[in-house]
Amino acid sequence: MSSAATTPPSVDKVDGFSRKSVRKAKQKRSQSSSQFRSQGKPIELTPLPLLKDVSAQEQPELFLKKLQQCCAVFDFMDTLSDLKMKEYKRSTLNELVDYVTVSRGYLTEQAYPEVVKMVSYNIFRTLPPSESNEFDPEEDEPTLEASWPHLQLVYEFFIRFLESQEFQPSIAKKYIDQKFVLQLLELFDSEDPRERDYLKTVLHRIYGKFLGLRAFIRKQINNIFLRFVYETEHFNGVAELLEILGSIINGFALPLKAEHKQFLVKVLIPLHTVRSLSLFHAQLAYCIVQFLEKDPALTEPVIRGLLKFWPKTCSQKEVMFLGELEEILDVIEPTQFVKIQEPLFKQISRCVSSPHFQVAERALYYWNNEYIMSLIEENSNVILPIMFTSLYRISKEHWNPAIVALVYNVLKAFMEMNSTLFDELTSTYKSDRQREKKKEKEREELWKRLEDLELKRSLQSDGIIPT
Amino acid sequence: ASGAQGPALVEGVGLGMAGADSDDSLYPIAVLIDELRNEDVQLRLNSIKKLSTIALALGVERTRTELLPFLTDTIYDEDEVLLALAEQLGNFTMLVGGPEYVHCLLPPLESLATVEETVVRDKAVESLRKISHEHSPVDLEVHFEPLVKRLASGDWFTSRTSACGLFSVCYPRVSSTVKAEIRQHFRTLCSDDTPMVRRAAASKLGEFAKVLELEYVKSDIISLFTALASDEQDSVRLLAVEAGVSIATLLPQEDLETLVMPTLRQAAEDKSWRVRYMVADKFSDLQKAVGPEITKNDLVPAFQNLLKDCEAEVRAAAANKVKEFCENLPEDSRETIIMTHILPCVKELVSDTNQHVKSALASVIMGLSTILGKDNTVEHLLPLFLAQLKDECPEVRLNIISNLDCVNEVIGIRQLSQSLLPAIVELAEDAKWRVRLAIIEYMPLLAGQLGVEFFDEKLNSLCMAWLVDHVYAIREAATCNLMKLVEKFGAEWAQNTIVPKVLGMANDPNYLHRMTTLFCINALSEVCGQEITTKHMLPVVFKMSNDQVANVRFNVAKSLQKIGPVLDSNCLQTEVKPVLEKLASDQDMDVKYFAQEAISVLSLA
Repeated sequence: MSSAATTPPSVDKVDGFSRKSVRKAKQKRSQSSSQFRSQGKPIELTPLPLLKDVSAQEQPELFLKKLQQCCAVFDFMDTLSDLKMKEYKRSTLNELVDYVTVSRGYLTEQAYPEVVKMVSYNIFRTLPPSESNEFDPEEDEPTLEASWPHLQLVYEFFIRFLESQEFQPSIAKKYIDQKFVLQLLELFDSEDPRERDYLKTVLHRIYGKFLGLRAFIRKQINNIFLRFVYETEHFNGVAELLEILGSIINGFALPLKAEHKQFLVKVLIPLHTVRSLSLFHAQLAYCIVQFLEKDPALTEPVIRGLLKFWPKTCSQKEVMFLGELEEILDVIEPTQFVKIQEPLFKQISRCVSSPHFQVAERALYYWNNEYIMSLIEENSNVILPIMFTSLYRISKEHWNPAIVALVYNVLKAFMEMNSTLFDELTSTYKSDRQREKKKEKEREELWKRLEDLELKRSLQSDGIIPT
Repeated sequence: ASGAQGPALVEGVGLGMAGADSDDSLYPIAVLIDELRNEDVQLRLNSIKKLSTIALALGVERTRTELLPFLTDTIYDEDEVLLALAEQLGNFTMLVGGPEYVHCLLPPLESLATVEETVVRDKAVESLRKISHEHSPVDLEVHFEPLVKRLASGDWFTSRTSACGLFSVCYPRVSSTVKAEIRQHFRTLCSDDTPMVRRAAASKLGEFAKVLELEYVKSDIISLFTALASDEQDSVRLLAVEAGVSIATLLPQEDLETLVMPTLRQAAEDKSWRVRYMVADKFSDLQKAVGPEITKNDLVPAFQNLLKDCEAEVRAAAANKVKEFCENLPEDSRETIIMTHILPCVKELVSDTNQHVKSALASVIMGLSTILGKDNTVEHLLPLFLAQLKDECPEVRLNIISNLDCVNEVIGIRQLSQSLLPAIVELAEDAKWRVRLAIIEYMPLLAGQLGVEFFDEKLNSLCMAWLVDHVYAIREAATCNLMKLVEKFGAEWAQNTIVPKVLGMANDPNYLHRMTTLFCINALSEVCGQEITTKHMLPVVFKMSNDQVANVRFNVAKSLQKIGPVLDSNCLQTEVKPVLEKLASDQDMDVKYFAQEAISVLSLA
């Protein structure tokens, strides 16, 4: 029998847990593009003279011609095709960028549609599918846009155009319309962070200059967010859009319109439920706090909303929620605090007793915040009874010594705040627990009786017990 | 538990009603409602899940007058609780007193159909659809249809989205005036301001078309379809594709060309790859819906384009459909179309730059051999199979191997075996354990097709090598594989080829390998039968009961429990029992535990 023993193949060590699987370095193509309109025939552009080499009268005409040439879109996935023409377009775009920055009197009325057309031809495209099957922005490297050498210059040009002193929104609004904005917003899903950064500036400028588009832009961002939250959970530009919204909210006039409040409650709060919250949480929290600074009366619905969506299983998200809540508490008005303290501290009490020490720790840090401490002190008669049970229990049984130490400090603080109540709670701790247990038992009995009843009736219906 | 007793309980209400009302006082509504309000979400959720029990305790009347109003008013809760509630209410008809009262369930479900969370809303709509059938035609018009209208004209998009799913269930059973209203509402939602609603409408368009009279399909639905298919958002356009397929099945052949095909052609060339992907994905359904003539004239070129699409995602979706598409081609021209139009594209896909495309193709390409017959397969397909068997991507090779049976029927596997072997060996040693796992799973199939001689000569050593793989999942699969091989080749083959090798591992210095011996014995004892088990395996198991590693010892106990039923009672009493008793007094807690368990299961105490 022993002679038949298989000789173990090569590397096996006696240690059964050797790991010989070597993860191959990820093969990654970090470039992609969905621009394929130019597929097939090579593109020929006839070189034009430089703008600075022609007379001032001829410049506007030449400017238009150059814009038209730049409408030609090249295939960057094929790195070898049209090399000369790609270089020509790049230098032309560069020239255009400089030209709109320094020149005066170039912006004729005919130029507007040509500029918008050139920008549209270059930037508007269906974004390619993500290279990695399920793109995880936290783990995966983003796929970079292959046509970036041109795209970047087009964005650069467009921003200079929008910022130019000669730029007149009243003329431009004929071309930069709702349809344009809609397509622009869709580009925020680009995986390439460089592109999203440019888009942010572009959208910001458009929002600033085109008053007629503002409501539309806000509504479309709403739609993008709602789709993101309730349908796809996938959109790369959430952080960027929130950043823009942060400054938009900042500029809201008081009193806030119902539309804006609805946006806060029905869109921003549900954004907290998304799995990838960490990618845009800072921007989101900023928006929320902006709202509360504008209108403190919104504190209650906001906090109730956060409590409703409080993470059940993801401790990291819980830590983020606690962070945001502290930002809110930093600006809360005492009158608002009183309205919300009970449900709020019930949740904090649960966090404090979380077995995940980072959650417990984050919650206990509230007691280092002077303003929060002053609020707790003013309302200790309400908060202490809510917190007491958890604190008392953790001080005895939490596994993490650092947490136990923090809890002792908190208990000490409470004792100093309201020693009478503290003593009372300490002395009734045991009987309270017993009462809870009794209630629990009654509950169980109730359900048992209900189930018996159900059983009895089903037996009756089966004719086993006569009615 | 209440769920399992559902039907019985429902009947019970009817029968037990009169007599049971008297003990209602035992369960004051306040107590029950307290349960539904419990501060702990989990407890609240438990209570909601047993809502039928509560309703039963209250009786039908108080359920209608007290419980349902309470549920309607306190709709603000955690989504998980609301989801459970939405589901419960769909099965509540008998608990409120039967179809006559079913409309009492509408108010809470209406509120649930407007909440933000999609899952809750969808469940509420599902329940509403379910109970719609329990409404009498009159109740449907008096209670249900007004609800649909309210939802359809709600302020917030959620209610309008929910409305989209309710039109088709009430349309067939209402009067023609109401029908006209319903059609109008649906039309409005198709051009709703928010894309979420348009998406919902687009996804229900096909379903709605099915319940409409043909004249309205032609007049209303077609224009809605055309509009949605050219929506500014690709997420709406792609949903219209599926609707297009449903609509095509409803129309007479002569109308297809004018009413649907222009839009579908446009979808196949949409500028968004998502829409083209959808067309590729629904291609077989589309093909069936439009019939052979349009397939020949329109779909063949469209399919070629999809197979050559610039976006890999689209090519992969189309590649997936190659076999089905060819299978469903009209018989008279099938071979010509495949040979002249499809096969050239397929050949290009074999060397595609994207592995998902190649792997999608590899999962269906073998199926073409049955369609094309022996000669074409040998001449045209075989070179492609062989190329894919040598592909750099393991998934491609794996997909070919996993579909060998189709080719086997047509040309016999021998044609392939020379190329097959290196491919199998390479996959068997792939660095990714999931790849190894996948190939193991095809071993019994391959063994069956290649025959015992080929197997012994070329594959047996692979199967044994997997037993000492460093990944447990592979060792486990290898064990199971051996069992299946023995089922195929018989106990005698097992005794001569694999049992000695398996038992030899009992002396391996690595305890994980020694345990593998035990796992193999667990798997093999039954298929090998009593004689081999008693004579060859059992002594080894006994010997291992003295192993120095506790994990091995308690696995001996587990193995004895497992193979006990194969052994005769004399052997159990005289040989197995003493060994287990010894293990039951082991120093190690786990060894003791499993020994005792084995003793009790085998009734040796």
